Amino acid sequence: MSRYFTEEHEWIDVEGDSATVGITDYAQEQLGDIVFVEVPDSGTMLDKGGDAAVVESVKAASDVYSPVSGEVTEGNDALEEDPALVNTSPEEEGWFFKLTLSDKDELQGLMNGKAYAAYVDGLD
Amino acid sequence: MTDTAPDQTDIDPGDITGDEPEVETLPLDAWHRRMGGRMVSFAGYDMPIQYSGEAVGHGGGIVAEHEWTRNSASLFDVSHMGQLGLVGPDGDVAAAAVALEALVPGNVTALKPGRMRYSLLLNEDGGILDDLIITNTGKSIGIVVNGAVKWDDIAHLREHLPDEITLTHYAENALIALQGPKAGEALATLVPDAAELTFMTAGQFEWAGIPLWISRAGYTGEDGFEIAIPGEHTEKLADALVADERVEPAGLGARDSLRLEAGLPLYGHDLTTEIDPVSADLTFALTKSRRESGGWMGHAPNASRLADGTPTRRVGLVLEGRMSAREGAEVFADINGTDTQVGEVTSGGFSPTLGHPIAMAYVAADHAELGTELQIAVRNKRLPARIAPMPFVAHRYYRGKDAK
Repeated sequence: MSRYFTEEHEWIDVEGDSATVGITDYAQEQLGDIVFVEVPDSGTMLDKGGDAAVVESVKAASDVYSPVSGEVTEGNDALEEDPALVNTSPEEEGWFFKLTLSDKDELQGLMNGKAYAAYVDGLD
Repeated sequence: MTDTAPDQTDIDPGDITGDEPEVETLPLDAWHRRMGGRMVSFAGYDMPIQYSGEAVGHGGGIVAEHEWTRNSASLFDVSHMGQLGLVGPDGDVAAAAVALEALVPGNVTALKPGRMRYSLLLNEDGGILDDLIITNTGKSIGIVVNGAVKWDDIAHLREHLPDEITLTHYAENALIALQGPKAGEALATLVPDAAELTFMTAGQFEWAGIPLWISRAGYTGEDGFEIAIPGEHTEKLADALVADERVEPAGLGARDSLRLEAGLPLYGHDLTTEIDPVSADLTFALTKSRRESGGWMGHAPNASRLADGTPTRRVGLVLEGRMSAREGAEVFADINGTDTQVGEVTSGGFSPTLGHPIAMAYVAADHAELGTELQIAVRNKRLPARIAPMPFVAHRYYRGKDAK
């Protein structure tokens, strides 16, 4: 399994044609207390860079973009009950959705963990 | 506002250029960073929006700070607000009160020393330039104005007040707010006499040889105090306050969610120059005797609005679910089978105390009754909303031992 990152602070775990997407620890830290998450329904077709989910903190709503194109196979229902999972476990239990990749070549423009860490360091 | 500030600027009638100073750091800037404050640019200053890290006992974050304020006591830095003072010739306070009454609809001349009042600075059309707190300090008429518009306020006051009224800007003073049900007992350990103040009264106090002007007021809906202090002593006081286990620092984020729950409008969002006091449901700030007597800027248009009503009104809305409606969201009603926009949200968010979203909006007067069911457009959804009484969370001001 490989994990990639976007400049918009999404992470994506890829295994074969399947992937899981969430937001990074850095992103949840910036957002603060998360009170609402809207995840896409199964069967939704997502475009790379297009709107995929919404995450709201007390203060603001933010869009979450899909790092790649594909068809959603599952949204994380646990976030409806407990949106704060994104704060407590952003890169594991707080995942947003799973999808089937439609074009694996799209992964090539994404960052690996080391590149993302350097990218985030440059933001502060 | 205090009469004890070492550095202050008397603003002469010829001084007003309309230029704003560069972005400045507040007296507590380093303290905020030491306490784990996440700083954002606000009203021309770097201000903490929330805190995190080991320096805060409750773990930090807007929700934790919000809940701590409702249950214990929080220290807010509100030094971005403007502290002004007015006096007439030879320190004549009464003359300053008379002069200010020409610009605000509240009764200033009736304020006894140590008494405060919420009022509004209005333009000729009766639109709201700012909301402010006016205090008779005994030595001057003190005014606390919003940070984002303080330079405009100063220019407006200087332009319209008679030349013999001295306007002083206590720019070197800090202002900190201690808010919450345990604010009184926490402050009493440092300044015992201050605990005897009741809501909307103020006085001169001293702590460790430092002069403090303390008022029992705030903008969270909780009991609490605002403390004006010479800037260079602020860190020492802030340290002493948070050394008390009842007190934690809180940032702008919690301040905003607290004031929203308390149903208190925020200038620049719920109040603007395009909004008048009648639409804003602030008619309590139009002192009854002065509604008839007039003699204040904006009187005529607001007298008409009082008599005839206004097309829109500020209301509170409660939403189901967890998705919030934010500033700018359009409000709809079904009118004779037609989906019609009847208003717009001016501030909204998730209420940590209530566990659901709340909002303030201006809606058409014929859709402003309590209980009216409306819809708010958020992204591609319609969120059901109902007009609810404000405050959303009851105020808990301290009005004295025998008062409820």
